Amino acid sequence: MSNKNRALLSDPMDDNNPITVQVLGICSALAITVQLKAAIVMSISVMAVMAASNVIISLLRDLIPNRIRIIVQLVVVAAMVILVDQVLRAYAYDVSKELSIFIGLIITNCIVMGRLEAFALGNGVWRSFLDGIGNAAGYGWILILVAFFRELLGSGKLGGVKVVPDFMYEIGYVDNGLMLLSPMALITVGVIIWIQRSRNRKLIEQG
Amino acid sequence: MNRDSNLYTFLFATIMVLVVATVLAFTSQSLKDLQKENVRKEKMQNILSTVGIVTDRDGAEELFNKYIESQLAIQNDGSIDASVDVFNNVKLSLELKKLPKEQNFPLYVAKIESKKYYIIPIRGNGLWNAIYGYISIKEDLNTIKGVVFDHIGETAGLGAEITQDWFIESFVDEKLFDINNNLIGIKVSKTNNDPNNSDKNDHEVDAISGATITGDGVTDMIIERLEHYIPYFNTLRSNKIALN
Repeated sequence: MSNKNRALLSDPMDDNNPITVQVLGICSALAITVQLKAAIVMSISVMAVMAASNVIISLLRDLIPNRIRIIVQLVVVAAMVILVDQVLRAYAYDVSKELSIFIGLIITNCIVMGRLEAFALGNGVWRSFLDGIGNAAGYGWILILVAFFRELLGSGKLGGVKVVPDFMYEIGYVDNGLMLLSPMALITVGVIIWIQRSRNRKLIEQG
Repeated sequence: MNRDSNLYTFLFATIMVLVVATVLAFTSQSLKDLQKENVRKEKMQNILSTVGIVTDRDGAEELFNKYIESQLAIQNDGSIDASVDVFNNVKLSLELKKLPKEQNFPLYVAKIESKKYYIIPIRGNGLWNAIYGYISIKEDLNTIKGVVFDHIGETAGLGAEITQDWFIESFVDEKLFDINNNLIGIKVSKTNNDPNNSDKNDHEVDAISGATITGDGVTDMIIERLEHYIPYFNTLRSNKIALN
C-alpha cells in the first residue's frame, strides 16, 4: 500500500477526523453513545454502508448527471441501509433488534454523504473504498470512546457488564445519571476535541 | 451523450430507480420467510419467558407446544370465541384499532408442573412508538408470575431499559387486584417509597430515571388491557367458588 493510500486510512483517525475536526455526524454521536455495545455495532454498520456506497458512487462517477448527483447519492445510501437492515433482520435478528431505529438513521449521517460528495465522485474505486473504511473508522473510534465514558460513569457498566465494584457503592459512590443524557455526550466530545488540539497544534485555527 | 442534457438526466434517474427498486424488492421477498419465522419464534420465546421458561429461538416452538395448553380469544363480555386461531391471526396492533366490543382479547393458558398460568398480551404507547409485552398471572388471578416488555423505538439507555431484567423482575409477585377484586394495576412510580421492592402489595414498581413517559405507558397499558379480561376472570372466580 502506497503512502498516499495509507494516508486515506490514517488521516481520518486524527488530523481529519470526521467528528472532532470536521464536526460531522454529531447527531448520532450524541444519540447512541449511552451503551458501548450499540456504539460498536453502529460503527461496524456505518463502515459497511460507507465502504459499499463509496465504491458504487465511484464506479458510477463518470455516468452520474451533475444536476442530480445528490439525489443519486441519497438513493444509493438509502438502498444500502435498507439492505443492511433486511439482512440483519433475517440472519442476525438479535443485533437488528438491539439497533432498531439507529440503522435507519445511518441515512442521515452527514459523514456518508460528505465522503461521497467530496471523495468518491472524483476518485477511483480502490481509493474510495479505503476512504470509506478510514472515515468510518475515524467516526467509530470517537463513538466508542464517548460510549466508554458514558456507560462507565453513567451506569457503572461496560458492554452491559457491571464493572464498578459493589464496595464502591457501599462507601457512597453514585452513578452519574447526567452522563446518560445527550448534553454530557456533547461535553465529552468537547473534551476529546480539547485534548486532541492541545496535542496536535496544527489543528488550531489561526487568527 | 451529453451528461447535462435533460434527456440523459431523465434516463439515468429512471434506470437508477428501476434497478434499486428491483434489488430491494428481490431482497425483501427472498428474506421474508426467514424474517417472519424469526418474529414468530420470538413471540413464542416472549410468551414462554413470562412463565419462567428460558429458551433460545430454535427451541421455542417445541416448548411452546409442550407448555401452552390452550389459546383463547376472549370477547368483551367474557365469553370465548372458539373459531379464532389466536397465535397466528390475532394481532394486537390491529385489535387495538377496533372498538372493545369487536375485539378479540387473546389469552394463553400455560400448564407447568400442574400449575396454571394465564398469559395476557399487552400493548400501548411509549414515548416514540408502540410498547408491548406479555404478562403472566398465577392461578389466583391476581399475582404476577412474570412479565416481558419490548418496544419499537424507545430511546436506548432510557425508555429502552424497560426490556432489562432488573425492571422486569420488579414486577414479579406484585398484585394486580385489591382484596375486593378491583383492578388497581401496577404503577411505574417516580415517587415509589420502596426502592428495593420488598412490598409486593403496594401496586408499585420503581420507575426508570429519564423514561417517565415510557414508564407511564407501561402503567397505562397494563390497566387498559387487563380491564377487558375482568368479565372472564369473574367467571373463572365464580366457577372456582362453585367447585369448592
